[in-house]
Amino acid sequence: MDSILFIIAAVAAIGCGLNLVLQKHPISSALSLIGVMSSLALLYLLLGAEFIAMAQMIVYGGAVMVLFIFVIMLLNAGTEKRSDKSLFAQIAGFPLLAVLVVLLAFLIRETQFPSRILDVKFGSWVGGTAEAIGMKLFSQFLLPFEVVSVLILIAILGAVVLAQKEVD
Amino acid sequence: MDHIPVSWYLTLSAILFGMGVAGFIYRKSVITVFMSIELMLNAVNLTFVTFSYQNRNIDGHIYSFFVMVVAAAEAAVGLAIILTIFKNRGTLQIDDIDSMKL
Repeated sequence: MDSILFIIAAVAAIGCGLNLVLQKHPISSALSLIGVMSSLALLYLLLGAEFIAMAQMIVYGGAVMVLFIFVIMLLNAGTEKRSDKSLFAQIAGFPLLAVLVVLLAFLIRETQFPSRILDVKFGSWVGGTAEAIGMKLFSQFLLPFEVVSVLILIAILGAVVLAQKEVD
Repeated sequence: MDHIPVSWYLTLSAILFGMGVAGFIYRKSVITVFMSIELMLNAVNLTFVTFSYQNRNIDGHIYSFFVMVVAAAEAAVGLAIILTIFKNRGTLQIDDIDSMKL
């Protein structure tokens, strides 16, 4: 059951990711990205991270992607036109990328993890509840939390200033 | 088979990160390049949560929560920059935005 769910989510994530890279129109890419994020939320649930799964769906799948699609529709972004300016990337790009991914997978395979828990089983550890995250966030990680709130304030102001009517 | 090796999750994360890199390098639309960056951030988040599971420690959840928050802020500012670029130059193609090129 676990492996079936994992394989479904993994195949959906990889398929949507490929679709993101290969589609020509930004809207198709955005919808594929929503697919990737939803399958990742399922994987987070399998890993016992309830709060992160919900935050993934609400923050990423909801807020961020709505922002993306809003901008795509606002700018009426059409199909991108191909340009062959970087010959190196076109010839050697995908082989090099395949080498990178294979190397990473090999390293992951060969790494000796501290063998306390090597396998993932759904429900064997549910540590990421909202309660646990909240306790940790407001005790040990209180300073980063407050700093992040300032960061978000700055981001709001920056976005408002940048998107003003008159930009010189 | 009821148990999934941790390395499967990490490999999936590596594949997603690789696809994000590919999109970042190959795509020519600013918005799609930006979405590829989000894909890479998501892949890293999956790694954080996986290691968090393996160590039975929710610090990784906190980190991925902060990554999400910063990514949301980054998306807001980045899309505002894209709006400004489009207003000033009337294009979204990466190759046309090269005024900082030597």
